[in-house]
Amino acid sequence: MTEALTDALRKAEHEMVVCNACRYCEAYCPVFQAMEQRVTFQRADLTYLANLCHNCGECLYACQYAPPHEFNIDVPRTLSRVRVESYESFAWPSFAAVAFRRPWVTTLVALAIGVSISLAAARTFQVRDANFYEVVPHNLMVTLFGAAGLFVAVSLAVGHRRFLAIANPKDPRRSGQDAAYAGRATVDVLTLKHLHATGEDCVDAEEQRRPWRRWLHHCTFYGFALCFASTTVAAIYHLVFGWIAPYAYTSLPVVLGTVGGFGLVVGPAGLLVLDRRRDAALTHTSERSLGVAFLTMLLLTSVTGLLLLVLRERPVMPALLVVHLAIVLALFLTFPYGKFVHGIYRGAALLKFRREEEQFGL
Amino acid sequence: MLNVNVQYDVAVLGGGNAALCAALTAAERGARVIIVERAPREFRGGNSRHTRNLRCSHAAPTDVLTDAYSEDEFMADLMRVTGGATDQLLARMMVRASADVPRRMCRFGVRFQPPLRGTLHLGRTNAFFLGGGKALMNSAYAAAERLGVRIAYDAEVVGLCIRNGRFESAEVRTPHGTESIRARTVVLAAGGFESNLEWLAEIWGEAASNFIIRGTPYNTGTVLRLMLDAGAEPVGDPSQCHAVAVDARAPKFDGGIVTRLDSVPLGIVVNKHGDRFYDEGEDYWPKRYAIWGRLVAQQPDQIAYSIVDAKAIGRFMPSVFPPIAADSFRDLASTLGVPSGTLSATIERFNAAVRPGTFDHQTLDDCRTEGLVPNKTHWAQRVDTPPFHAYPLRPGITFTYLGVKVDEHARVLIKGDVAENIFAAGEIMAGNILGRGYVAGVGMTIGTVFGDIAGRESSEMAVKTGPP
Repeated sequence: MTEALTDALRKAEHEMVVCNACRYCEAYCPVFQAMEQRVTFQRADLTYLANLCHNCGECLYACQYAPPHEFNIDVPRTLSRVRVESYESFAWPSFAAVAFRRPWVTTLVALAIGVSISLAAARTFQVRDANFYEVVPHNLMVTLFGAAGLFVAVSLAVGHRRFLAIANPKDPRRSGQDAAYAGRATVDVLTLKHLHATGEDCVDAEEQRRPWRRWLHHCTFYGFALCFASTTVAAIYHLVFGWIAPYAYTSLPVVLGTVGGFGLVVGPAGLLVLDRRRDAALTHTSERSLGVAFLTMLLLTSVTGLLLLVLRERPVMPALLVVHLAIVLALFLTFPYGKFVHGIYRGAALLKFRREEEQFGL
Repeated sequence: MLNVNVQYDVAVLGGGNAALCAALTAAERGARVIIVERAPREFRGGNSRHTRNLRCSHAAPTDVLTDAYSEDEFMADLMRVTGGATDQLLARMMVRASADVPRRMCRFGVRFQPPLRGTLHLGRTNAFFLGGGKALMNSAYAAAERLGVRIAYDAEVVGLCIRNGRFESAEVRTPHGTESIRARTVVLAAGGFESNLEWLAEIWGEAASNFIIRGTPYNTGTVLRLMLDAGAEPVGDPSQCHAVAVDARAPKFDGGIVTRLDSVPLGIVVNKHGDRFYDEGEDYWPKRYAIWGRLVAQQPDQIAYSIVDAKAIGRFMPSVFPPIAADSFRDLASTLGVPSGTLSATIERFNAAVRPGTFDHQTLDDCRTEGLVPNKTHWAQRVDTPPFHAYPLRPGITFTYLGVKVDEHARVLIKGDVAENIFAAGEIMAGNILGRGYVAGVGMTIGTVFGDIAGRESSEMAVKTGPP
């Protein structure tokens, strides 16, 4: 069944038809290998291929049909546009799709909500020692972030289901292999395999292969993971052992948070610099602004977090804490409506590719 | 600005693979090199930007080639496709040197892909560039920049100053005006004349206006003609070109690989009168696609239509242009502008002549017709299941055979004498080895091997000549 395609999908369909008749790029990445298994390109196929694409850029420079050729093929940029459109279409609640079109408005709205809640939650701005819970009581903090976390989880889960409904309409029956596919896809995600699958790193511009994008993404991803681990360990300390924050600089939560925090400074800051340097032809503006907004929020989170750690015994602590909590809350709220979702859909696409790989003997 | 005050050691005329191989090899040996590329930067690389692989002999599997492909087998393939129209000394040199080509190219950052399922069953004989020919050219140009090679884009050679068989300078037209480039030696690597529509018309008459040029619009043969006018000895059949059948809706130039059509052996092909004219199932398509350019060129108005029925859909490589679809022969004929009565009669006669057999696209099967002129000797199935799909065909020219004669040092022969400081590489001299016919990837091998020789010999010659 054919359904009406948006401009972006129509352009992507045209490009995939040309690519499928050429196939010179097939050794670069899974996008082209998955493409070769298809003859026509409907929304489902294009959505899958777009989310499989890591925007590495090799296929643009290798393309004999790239602009100014009349075929006008720019797969990385076209798929990045389709990708953002797919994020919109999977958003829950559906009206929130608009958030992807105005990333800065979304960020400011989230910040406004974050600041309001954070200010309302603050009990005092005058504390003598580094006791965060005097400013915002522990239970209130847990309730606030528990609620935000639940909302994020539900929202992402719905988006994931919607992606599967489109990309995997006939979901392959569960098999004994599922764990193996999931394992392989997880390794692909954790190693960013397809940013260096040909043995060299992806390009920032023609013939400029540099590892920075991959390593800075690793800093960001693992920095975030460590911060998350820090919070989890702290929660266990508090709830299980009754050890109350602040913890020593050498304690596990603080060490994890500090290392993660540095990762979250270096990664996003570096990626922001890279975004300015990277060839603009590679990525659609809609995806770039999502990225810049998300990286800015991550950077604000890590910088205020580290400041809070350093200045936790100073009088400025309560104000800093309120600011940090506001930003973290805003970051949470933007997770389902910004660049963060790429991780969900990329992961799902990689899993589907690992299945297809087996199915088609790729 | 080309900095006309500089005396270069090597001026390379052309900007494709052969040109870059020559420039890189010469620059690596310390020569001061300029590349004069007619195309703007975005379309640099001549026809190499449309290529995908090159042919290499090898005694054992390598990281980019499977199995083995001996020099003798390569040589035999060359003798077979050219029907002996080859300079055996040069051919043997090229075949021998081909073994080392992937390794030598890698030193300039060229990347090859591991032999994949998708490499058209050529993984044994041909090494595939990762990402294809444009990626290859990007790597080569980046290496040339690293080595300090001067690269002039948008620079067309309009004159050559050759005195007593010696190259002195080249007149080059750029957006800034015409300038003279002086160099101790010159490497001619500017391709053939396949995109020069007037030159093609001199040979094929009005038919040439219906030809599609598969590659670069910049191969107008200016340098070739200048050399022939200067007395260079020609080689290769001046009236022949390599042409395949491409989709008639392809752009006039630069359509490249995607305009080819693989549907021919699965159906029938008719001309504008609705008549069949050749055995569509003569042999495997990869062995036959190259004759269909000439076959279509010989038809009235140089147009033909490949027609298949529903049984063939999905059995050939997807085409970039949509099929012209119809549910009856009459509708198909009217859409194509072919006389409906003749087309229906042709298909009915064909269907009636199909003998029973077991269809197998992968082998030379026993499905054939009997009593037709011409018969279809394999894969003949009735064209009877709608929807019927048609693709219009035109001759698509890949390259021309006419070139200049060279010796084993890649030196050009002028009026029977070796020109000491004029070298040639690539399509402009490929006719020495490929007098006619074609075998996949051999053009790139010729360009790489002779580019390398020309770069080596020209840089040595420049050193011998010394400072002016």
